[in-house]
Amino acid sequence: MIDIRGLTIQKTQQAFKEKTFSVKDLVEVYLKNINSKNKELNAYLEVFSDVLAEANVAQKRINSGDGGLLTGIPIAIKDNILVSGKKASAGSKILEGFISPYDSTVISKLKNEGAIILGRTNMDEFAMGSSTENSAYGPTGNPHDTERVAGGSSGGSAAAVSAGLSLAALGSDTGGSVRQPASFCGCVGLKPTYGAVSRFGLMALGSSLDQIGPITNSVEDSRIIFDAIKGTDAKDSTSFYEEKEKIKPKKIGIPTHLLKMGGIHPDVLANFDESVKIFEKLGFQIKEIELPNVKYSLAVYYVIMPAEASSNLARYDGIRYGFHSEGENIIDDYFSTRGLGFGPEPRRRIMLGTYVLSSGYYDAYYNRAVAVKSLIKSDFKNVFKDVDVVILPTTPTPAFKKGEKTKSPLEMYLADIFTVPANISGLPAISVPSGFSKSSENAGNLPLGLQIIAPEYCEDRLFDVGGQFFKVKNVN
Amino acid sequence: MIESKDIEKLAQLSRIKLSEQEKGSFFKEIDAILEYLGQIKEAGGGEKNIESVVVVKNVLRDDKDAHEEGFFTESILRASPSKEGDFIKVKKII
Repeated sequence: MIDIRGLTIQKTQQAFKEKTFSVKDLVEVYLKNINSKNKELNAYLEVFSDVLAEANVAQKRINSGDGGLLTGIPIAIKDNILVSGKKASAGSKILEGFISPYDSTVISKLKNEGAIILGRTNMDEFAMGSSTENSAYGPTGNPHDTERVAGGSSGGSAAAVSAGLSLAALGSDTGGSVRQPASFCGCVGLKPTYGAVSRFGLMALGSSLDQIGPITNSVEDSRIIFDAIKGTDAKDSTSFYEEKEKIKPKKIGIPTHLLKMGGIHPDVLANFDESVKIFEKLGFQIKEIELPNVKYSLAVYYVIMPAEASSNLARYDGIRYGFHSEGENIIDDYFSTRGLGFGPEPRRRIMLGTYVLSSGYYDAYYNRAVAVKSLIKSDFKNVFKDVDVVILPTTPTPAFKKGEKTKSPLEMYLADIFTVPANISGLPAISVPSGFSKSSENAGNLPLGLQIIAPEYCEDRLFDVGGQFFKVKNVN
Repeated sequence: MIESKDIEKLAQLSRIKLSEQEKGSFFKEIDAILEYLGQIKEAGGGEKNIESVVVVKNVLRDDKDAHEEGFFTESILRASPSKEGDFIKVKKII
């Protein structure tokens, strides 16, 4: 039996090379784990039936010396990323019966590399949520405490990697949906620079914010998958990637003022202080910085994202795809299909987005938010003249209990307070496991995450700084 | 911020059917969210006109190399719940 604890992509390739185990052996371990644990966790919505056949194909490539870093590596996929010929639901009833007609660009790239696509993972409906409780297919449990949420919206992907149901996974991050669940589940989660990874074949939520990113067991794995999926894509006109001149990061900025806002769990603050000490020991220069407009990020986000979502989700009308509910006439078909097909959160956000875009309020909300977005971007631009990366906690609290925040949407939104700024400003950010919440109510077993933010196209700084931190925190 | 009748208008514009109970709960929730969003007015020292430093431009592909006609018709139609021949079938509009 293969011990998958602490397994990384490079260790796996080494084992394939030395014939310690085969691709099929490895895939069978994950399938067995899915069989025994998925009922409780609800991380996967579907495991694909052709994984063993894919494992055979990958094995042949490895045997013939034609394999790459991802050949034979099992990867789970968030259910809003299209895989040709497979169902895709985005965690919504409105896509009932929908089969992807094509591969998203990220999937084409992974398939070309010979990765094994294990299945599709649970998520908040259309990626709207921070706990995976908004899925039409039930919540995902946190592998560290199944009474608690896995985070969201890529909760299924994070839980799968954390519980050993996959070696790695892809998620999408509009306001923290990769980093926040990665933090809650004790994994590494990366949101690349806006545009660095093609979104062709990703179901759109907030088009000026969405990015696809990996959830992995190590920083090195995150880098490997990012390298495989990045790049300008003719099929996504918003994609653009360029290599930036690499520097050795030395200066870390801390926006202390953002940590004094209140509502932050004392364990998170204590853990963050410990992380700062680690960076000091590693020889980094720590500098206090001011990001005066970043405190408005969440408010800006909840104007721009619903505005874009209200437009993006107009396509789900009961005519183009899947679910259809009969009304008396065609307009009634729309009302009925969308009333029954969408859960409460998409309906709430579509109406909110419609409000902020309506003629009487457009200037006060949407235009204002776009202008403040530009102030937030300049804040970061200014501090990056002075420091190489910025660090923050990934989340204000450890994983909360299922049902704890479902009654108040606004309270749920606050779970993304530290992750949203990177989306608003288009910057790359990574969450790296930083220890555990030690309060007695958590029994010392809830993971916490440290977030590192870098300038555009400087993911290499995240892997450098995050990698050094990861080595100290996770002695393999 | 908003009035309860605004929710009916928003649901109408969004093509979403709501139950009476939902109208009440959505009103309360959206009202609370809008109150929170109101803080963007104070940003930038409450300055009315903030100059945008973000330059965004459209990137369009060249209008050439079209795919063969009908190449995607079947796979796209397959997703639709109601079709006839090569068309999506809807109820009578006029």
